[in-house]
Parts: sequence; C-alpha cells; structure tokens
Amino acid sequence: MKKLPLYFILTVIAAVMLYPLLWLAGASFKSNEEIFSSIWFMPDSFDLSVYFKAWETVTPYTMGHYFINTFLIIIPKTLFAVISSVVTAYGFARFDFPFKRLCFALLMGAMFMPAIVTIMPAYLMWSKLGFLDTYVPLTLPALFAAEGSFVFMLIQFFKGIPKEFDEAARIDGCGALRTLIHILIPCLRPVIVSISVFTFLWTMNDFLTPLIMISSVEKYPLSLALRLSADSTGNGYEQRKILAMSVIGLIPSIAVFTAAQKKFLSGITAGGLSG
Amino acid sequence: MKKRTYSNPVGTSKFTGLLLVSPFLLGFLLFTLYPFVSSFILGFTNYDGTRDAHFTGFDNYKTMLSDSSFRKSVWVTVKYTAILVPLKLAVSLLTAILLNAQIKGIGIFRTAFYIPSILGSNLAVVIMWQFLFTTGGLIDQLTLWLGLPSVSWYGEPGNALFMIILLRLWEFGSAMIIFLNALRDVPKEYYEAAKVDGCGGFRAFFRITLPLLKNVIFLNLVLQTIAALQEFNAPYMLTGGGPMKGTYTIGMLIYNEMFRYNNIGFANAVSWVLFVLITVIVYLMFLITGRTRKEKP
Repeated sequence: MKKLPLYFILTVIAAVMLYPLLWLAGASFKSNEEIFSSIWFMPDSFDLSVYFKAWETVTPYTMGHYFINTFLIIIPKTLFAVISSVVTAYGFARFDFPFKRLCFALLMGAMFMPAIVTIMPAYLMWSKLGFLDTYVPLTLPALFAAEGSFVFMLIQFFKGIPKEFDEAARIDGCGALRTLIHILIPCLRPVIVSISVFTFLWTMNDFLTPLIMISSVEKYPLSLALRLSADSTGNGYEQRKILAMSVIGLIPSIAVFTAAQKKFLSGITAGGLSG
Repeated sequence: MKKRTYSNPVGTSKFTGLLLVSPFLLGFLLFTLYPFVSSFILGFTNYDGTRDAHFTGFDNYKTMLSDSSFRKSVWVTVKYTAILVPLKLAVSLLTAILLNAQIKGIGIFRTAFYIPSILGSNLAVVIMWQFLFTTGGLIDQLTLWLGLPSVSWYGEPGNALFMIILLRLWEFGSAMIIFLNALRDVPKEYYEAAKVDGCGGFRAFFRITLPLLKNVIFLNLVLQTIAALQEFNAPYMLTGGGPMKGTYTIGMLIYNEMFRYNNIGFANAVSWVLFVLITVIVYLMFLITGRTRKEKP
C-alpha cells in the first residue's frame, strides 16, 4: 500500500514523457481543425492513406530511398566502430607500451573536443581529397576509434575479464589477436551490442555532419530529407504528411532501442556511458 | 636514468600494445589534431573559401569584441547553460532516486523515461516540438485549459529560449541513467542505519545520498555543461536563432558565419573562443570543487 503514491508519481512522469510522442502519432491522422481543437491524442478516425502519401515524400525520392541511404551509412559505420574500438581498448587494457599514459590522455581529450571546432578544417580536408558528397566523411573516421567513449566503456569491461583467460589461451598457443577473437570478444557481447545501438541511434540523430558533407538530395540520409520536406511544405494536408513522415522516421530508433534495451542498458551500466 | 621495463604477456613485446592502438593514434592525428591546429591557424586569416587566405593577425578577435551578434550569442549561450544544466541535474537525480525503488514493473518506467533521450536531436522530434508549441498547438490548448494566459513561444526571445530548454530537459534520460547506476552501488544498510537513528527520507537524502553521489553529480555537471555550451541543432531547426537573436547560440553563430556568410577565418576564431570558454568553465568547476589536485573521478 505504501508503494501506491510512488506508482502514481512514476505514472504521471511517464505520461508527461511519452504524451508528446503519442500526440505526434495521433496528430498525423488528424485534420488541422482537429489538431488545434483537442488535447486528446486519439484521432476521430484512422485514415492510413496519409502514410502512403508520406512515404512518397515531397522530394523526388521515397522514404525507402532515404532509409537505404541511412543504412548505407549506419552499417559500415557500426562495423568500423566496433572493430576499431575493440582493438584499441584491447591494447590499452591488456598491454603495457611506451607513451601509454599520453595515448590515454589523448583519448580522453578527443572525447571533450567540441565537434564545431574541428568541422570546418575537416570539411576543407575532405573537399581537397575529393570526398565531399560521398559517405566517406561520415563513415571512415569510425575506422580509427573516433568515439573515445566506446573505447573507454570497453576498457572497463576488459578489466572485468580475468587475465587467466588470456593466459590459458596463450598456453594453448593462441597469439594476441587469436586470444582477442576467440576468448575475449565472446565475453564482450553486451558492450558490443551497446556500441552498435549507440552508433545506430547517434547516426539516425546526426544532422550537422551530413548537412555539411552531403549536398545532393539523391544521397540525403533520412534526417536531411525530413528537413527538406519540412521546409518546403505549406499548410493543411501537407502538414499531416510531415507529421506522418516524422512518425516513420522515429520508428527505427524506438524499435532498435526497445528490442535491445535489456542488453543495452546492462552494457552501459557496466561502462558508465550514456546518450 | 633507469630504463623502464614493460611487463607484457609472453610472446608479445612493448610494441604489441602500441600497434593495437595505432589506428586510434592515426585517427587522432587526422581527425582531431590536424583540424584542431588548422582551425587555430585559420582563425588568424581572412579566408572566405574562394580567395587565397591572408594573415590578418588578431583582426578576427578584435572584430569579435565589437560585434554585437557575437556578444549576444555568448550571453544567450551562457544563459541557456546556466538555466538548463541545474534543472536537468535536479530532474534526473530525483527521477533516478524514484527509479531506484525495488518495486514491480520499474523497468517499464525506466524505459519510458529514457526513450526521449535516445531520440536526441532527431529531426522528427524537433518537428514534433515545433507542432507542440505552435500557436493553437497542444501546449497552447493546455495553458488555456488550465486558465493561464497564452504564451507566444516563437515571438518572444526569452520564451523561445525556454522552449529549447524544455526540449533538452525532456531528454534528461542519459544523465538519469548515470545517477541510477551510481545509486545501485550505495549500500542499503546505510539507509537502514539512518532509519534506526530516526533519520527521515529528506535528511537521509541530504546526509547520505548527496555526499555519496558527489563524484557522479560532478561528472554529469561537466558532461551536461560541455554539451549545452555547444548547442546548435535545436535552435538551428526550431527557431533559426530568432526571434531577435534570442536563441542565437555560439554554435549557431559559428555555423552561420562558416557556411552561410563564408567568413571562414572569423568562424574558426569564434570556434576557438568557444573551445577556450568550455575549457575555462570546466577548469573552474574542477577548481571550485577542489578537484585539481586529485585524480579524475
């Protein structure tokens, strides 16, 4: 009985947190008058045709096209981030080497570097190399353990794996790399899930980098396509289309998070990292 | 001088580790250090993207001092950070304490509170926020329903800034998770002992929870401050920096000068000022809390 007030407070907060999202989903089915006349999220009727129209977008390409573009960025980026972060963290966690303290300080320093300071020279560099308007600037940095927080999280995890595991593998004749692949990586699964989920979510959310690096609409990821549609849309029915597009745009992030949330939250629990 | 020895597993040398972290080092040189240094150099030029750059000494920095947009943007950014960060820390700490209760179904609430923060600055969320706060939108209807005067969210600079603060406050989940993890490590016996001594909930919070969470509160304070000082996405997409530059953060100014007006040299000088501002504020935080001599939390 003592718990009742707590449940009540938690439910009220949860309602405040989730209502805007529910309202967005509901509003995509509503007419303009309905949106502006009722605070209740439920629409009077469900007319799915707005979603077919939204899928077509107001640009020359469908949302499917932009989804494919987004995944063409996310898939290599995730692979790169996982491989490079694991290898780097392995070096820091299990080996002693010259300038180790300095290297670790650089890792921490890079984490706190504001993106806005480095973006213009990076833009000029990619421009000189001829990689503007390709996905290279969006994906390639991930191959170099660009996300220090991932390495940091992995190092914490490596520390939790007994060194005897490595030694046993070595007695069986495994080298450093084979020990990593066969013995350590299976233990790291929860963090690898967390890293992949974070990379997915952050790439879905990233706006500034593609805005600067990608110029042709054909190559736009979802975020830029949404922006373009929102900017070139008038009132009335078109607004519902934008709301529906937003709903479609949010579904992958919410779905991936919900599917992975148990493993994902336990991964960040251990590493102390979060969005 | 004594030669340093390296203890490494059999079959590996002191170069194995170096080899493993070498991709990171290369990436650091290419994608962090090089842009960082070249941004510093660009800040002393009049580069505009087309003509050759010329060194102009401290001209960009002098321009900044007399530029009213720059001064305005510093003020907006500091105000934004000073309001948002304490609010966000308070809300995330209090919800984390509520979520730390061992009751059934708590996982559902944790997920619900965390979802907004995973959406971050997703454009769809910003579009949603735009509709929520538009004239006659949900927030307008709510204030009307509660009998409050209608608020012009887009027309008045202070309100527009507050609308952005509310968006970021709504995304308190990431700070909350850090608090929640720290709370899990607080031994339950502490609270039981406090109860025996007749120490109520509020006093237990101030005497036990807060002191034990000191380091995590500091970590969140630093992380949130760094993020807030760089705010760009939300004003760019929600208000375009207006009205009357009321939401024109330093991040907005840098972006506009860089990509809209092609004042690349000037923009890089400003981005260095932002970098120095962040460093100084974080350093002051370490200094005030007496952490400069100790190891990092």
